[in-house]
Amino acid sequence: MIDLDNLPSLSISSVHEGLRTKQFSAKELAHAAVDHAQRENPKTNAFVSFSPERALRAAERVDEDLARGLDLGPLAGVPLAVKDVIVTKGVRTTCGSKILEHYIPPYNATALVRLEAEGAMVIGKTNCDEFAMGSSNENSAFGPVHNPRALDRVPGGSSGGSAAAVAQGSAVVSLGSDTGGSIRQPASFCGIVGVTPTYGRVSRYGLVAFASSLDHIGPFGRTVEDTATVLKVMAGRDEQDSTSAFAPIDDYHALMKHPVNGLKVGLPKEYFEGLGSETGEVIERAIGELKSLGCVVSDISLPHTKYALSCYYIIATAEASSNLARYDGVRYSSRADGETLSEMYRRTRGCGFGPEVKRRIMLGTYVLSAGYYEAYYKKAQQVRNLIARDFTNAFAEVDAIVTPVSPFTAFKIGEKIDDPMAMYLSDVYTLTGDLAGVPCMSVPCGESAEGLPIGLQIFTRHFDEETMFRIAHNYERNHS
Amino acid sequence: MNLSDAQVREVADLANLELTEDEVRRISHDLSQVLTHIDQLNELDTKNVEPMAQVLHSNAHDGPQTSRGLYDPDETATLREDVPHVCLSNEDALANAPQKGAGYFKVPKVIER
Repeated sequence: MIDLDNLPSLSISSVHEGLRTKQFSAKELAHAAVDHAQRENPKTNAFVSFSPERALRAAERVDEDLARGLDLGPLAGVPLAVKDVIVTKGVRTTCGSKILEHYIPPYNATALVRLEAEGAMVIGKTNCDEFAMGSSNENSAFGPVHNPRALDRVPGGSSGGSAAAVAQGSAVVSLGSDTGGSIRQPASFCGIVGVTPTYGRVSRYGLVAFASSLDHIGPFGRTVEDTATVLKVMAGRDEQDSTSAFAPIDDYHALMKHPVNGLKVGLPKEYFEGLGSETGEVIERAIGELKSLGCVVSDISLPHTKYALSCYYIIATAEASSNLARYDGVRYSSRADGETLSEMYRRTRGCGFGPEVKRRIMLGTYVLSAGYYEAYYKKAQQVRNLIARDFTNAFAEVDAIVTPVSPFTAFKIGEKIDDPMAMYLSDVYTLTGDLAGVPCMSVPCGESAEGLPIGLQIFTRHFDEETMFRIAHNYERNHS
Repeated sequence: MNLSDAQVREVADLANLELTEDEVRRISHDLSQVLTHIDQLNELDTKNVEPMAQVLHSNAHDGPQTSRGLYDPDETATLREDVPHVCLSNEDALANAPQKGAGYFKVPKVIER
């Protein structure tokens, strides 16, 4: 029975079945999803804004199409939550920052335009770490997000609100962004699926820039299939983003159902050293399941893994320090008083940015400053090449690489906030995927004794999301 | 690698960022810790390694299994035909300005007359 009482467990295909069999209209579903999101918000704080009018406008179009007997688009009537770093025309977009508290974008992100053209209903904008900088969603000017699976714990970050919105059942799917692990780590912590596609697969037009050479938009969902549907719709070349790729987009749905028998899967030893025993055991069991499905598993090495964190924090902060220069009190809604232009800049930025953003702007400015460029920035770009080559070499031997997503499960709110290095280590297994630009995702693979979700990470070759989805889908079907 | 409070103030100046004394102390502590960790990159000899500025044009694909064929690097060239297209109106572009007037962004006086 598909009805609105099942909202928290609806998939895209069950939404479509419910619409076709008239169990509910798109309008009723939009109302139910917004109500649910608003009701849960005092507990999880997953949303910073709601957009009921926008969702209802989309719903009306879907209901009209249904009444006229037209085919439903792949996302028709699907409640979608959007991370608040992706711009929505006419709907406030804060990036989790005080400096953009009142910013109303005059245009829509390309990814969103494509999803809405296929009938997606945007129910609201989700909370996140300020400018997507963080691993716990505690760096938001709008307060931390609480993990729906354990309210005293973080949902992960930076796309914590988008992960929570899907895990708590308000949205069927959501959009996040990933620069160093910001989709996969919260997906893992909240027990859902999160996908970081190949760099360039999805246009970044309308994604507020953090680190342009590392930023990705990607989907969250409760099933692999739902994330593949969202990616398929929003993927592909966009003239507005010169780094978006022309590469053809496979028919993920048909191909993911093919067996994984004979696929070669590599386990990089660097990702299994020093792994907490509980996470390690769950991952071991998942690997056993992949073997039983016919995957040929072997040990491999990605030798430069231990340098990823240093490499990342130079490149990401350097790019961020220039990207965030635009928040100067002139164009984007907030300004502090100052006698001179320079005083106005400094005060606006001093009052508007939170501690983690300031820390990263400072590090980025330092590594790019005169005399340090070669020693830090250029060096990091060279190391990035070595890390990317590790993947290229590995993919000469195997079709996919499987690892844990995070060394630990969701931690308590406040536990790591005063220790930046400990926080940065949350991303030690996810940074490499962004640096190399390869597609990667997190699939739920079990729980700790305390009932906290654990995610399995799958990497494949550039533009080979098909194999990644195939492994994830086969694993998910076998596991459940 | 230790960063002094004075160095932190200098960098904050470059970044146009007003910091309180507390923030200066906190940041010099935190950045010193991060920079010490980052020093590990010096273990690596990168003399003959090309810097990787972005994914799609990188030399990372020089390895045995290349990703070429899935995309042509030329296809992401930044040059396009120089044809006019619709862009934001003046009104839309100024809609979020904290201060505006006569179709412009207003800022504190820069040049003294």
